Amino acid sequence: MKKFLAKSYLYLLLLVLYAPIAIIILFSFTNSKTIGDWRGFSLDLYANLLSGQAAHSATITQAVLNTLIIAVIAATLSMFLGSIAAVGIFNIRNRKVRKAIQFANNIPMINPDIITGISLFLLFVSLGISGGYVTVVLAHVAFCTPYVVLSVMPRLTRMNPNIYEAALDLGATPFQAFRKVIIPEIKPGMVSGFILSFTLSIDDFAVTLFTKGSDGLETLSTYIYADARKGGLTPELRCLAAIIFLTVLILLLVINRRSSRLNKEQ
Amino acid sequence: MNLAKLVQKRSNWVAPYVLFLVMFVVLPLLLIAVYAFRNPAGNFTLQNFVKFFTQSEALNTFIYSIGIAIITTVLCILLGYPAAYILANAKLNRSKTMVMMFILPMWINVLMRSLATVALFDFLHLPLGEGALIFGLVYDFLPFMIYPIYNTIQKIEGSYIEAARDLGATNTQVFTHVIWPLSIPGIVSGIMMVFLPTISTFAISEILTLNNKRLFGSIIQDNMMMSDTMNYGAALSLIMLIIIAINSAVSGDDGNINEGGLI
Repeated sequence: MKKFLAKSYLYLLLLVLYAPIAIIILFSFTNSKTIGDWRGFSLDLYANLLSGQAAHSATITQAVLNTLIIAVIAATLSMFLGSIAAVGIFNIRNRKVRKAIQFANNIPMINPDIITGISLFLLFVSLGISGGYVTVVLAHVAFCTPYVVLSVMPRLTRMNPNIYEAALDLGATPFQAFRKVIIPEIKPGMVSGFILSFTLSIDDFAVTLFTKGSDGLETLSTYIYADARKGGLTPELRCLAAIIFLTVLILLLVINRRSSRLNKEQ
Repeated sequence: MNLAKLVQKRSNWVAPYVLFLVMFVVLPLLLIAVYAFRNPAGNFTLQNFVKFFTQSEALNTFIYSIGIAIITTVLCILLGYPAAYILANAKLNRSKTMVMMFILPMWINVLMRSLATVALFDFLHLPLGEGALIFGLVYDFLPFMIYPIYNTIQKIEGSYIEAARDLGATNTQVFTHVIWPLSIPGIVSGIMMVFLPTISTFAISEILTLNNKRLFGSIIQDNMMMSDTMNYGAALSLIMLIIIAINSAVSGDDGNINEGGLI
């Protein structure tokens, strides 16, 4: 009985949590201007979106493309910067210095994104750099890298520290030793960090809004925001929401399976 | 050649990231403070803070946001704690997928989730406004409350509970004397992840109330977007930053929150 009540409570909450998403997906399969107005099953909206027939199709496609390009570049940069930093932090003997760097690393994770966005906006304004691809990518690297550092650190703790020294003794340069010894050991952490950064970057709205400048660069989030502000959402965006939801679902399943597999390995 | 020596020492590898952190994290935060104490002409002034405390709009919105944030946080605890407890209790739930289902919405864009809430209200023919705002915020932030509580309850040693039982504690007593006190750190990080972001949200409130009710984040954004009120916007951001600092100090949380806990 107790178990039944407990389960019912969980299912009820899940129902509420997923109802809005389910409604969006449901109404992506009907050709109506507003949600709630069911006009029979149709794939028209998907066809419009994919064939470029939708009202702002070109802008939407460009926004999706921008989102992906920015995410790939930012996640790649974060992965390298964060992994090298993690090796450095791991080898710092001075506890105070180490604590200080770890504290700074935590700042972007504690700050609400509006603060991160505004602070970077002020930086770029002060330096006289106008917003665009470069500023958005730099901003994304700033809030993604801490997560890479956090996902690489545990791998370093588990690594045998003598292997790197051995490689150096055998005549490897630090760069060779890094590539041939350290990278294979921390690779799973790097990949998790990359996927995490990629997801965070795609998901970001506030930081992008403040750093994208006024030259018309739009990512999916900022485009949706502008669109929703104009009143009502372009119907085709419902399809996009459905596609994104499924993509995130698949990405998460991959991350989760990876992490449970890595846990089992130990 | 000197460079080769520097690279040899692995602790030096942190250097590029330290430079990056100084340039893109520390310096920008300091700039918020610099701008906050300046007028548009670039001279030192306290006028921005005077304006905040004397002009009713920002102050009222600030107080209203704190009120909404408290309601949202309390509702998230009331709804989220039982869920986290059930999820972490091996007798009631063994499914990892179930846990995953609760974490998943955290990773969907916050705008998308808000628009989904609007869709739900439209679908049920309910009016948008304050009710929708609170529903939407709880809906947006509930997973962020459930996850840390779930994590702490799950880590409670089974032997503590057994010991309490052996000493004659009833189920209720086990909960009030063992599980509840040990789960408080989880509630504290949950509050951190719900309360502050609620105050500082801007797009969500506009979408869910058709721009009728605004939260502090909207005021900051409005001022930030115009060059003649940018300094005032910076002052409002600084006030937000001070609240964050107090919050982190009080909760003793060093921010080591692994969002989503999926890595």
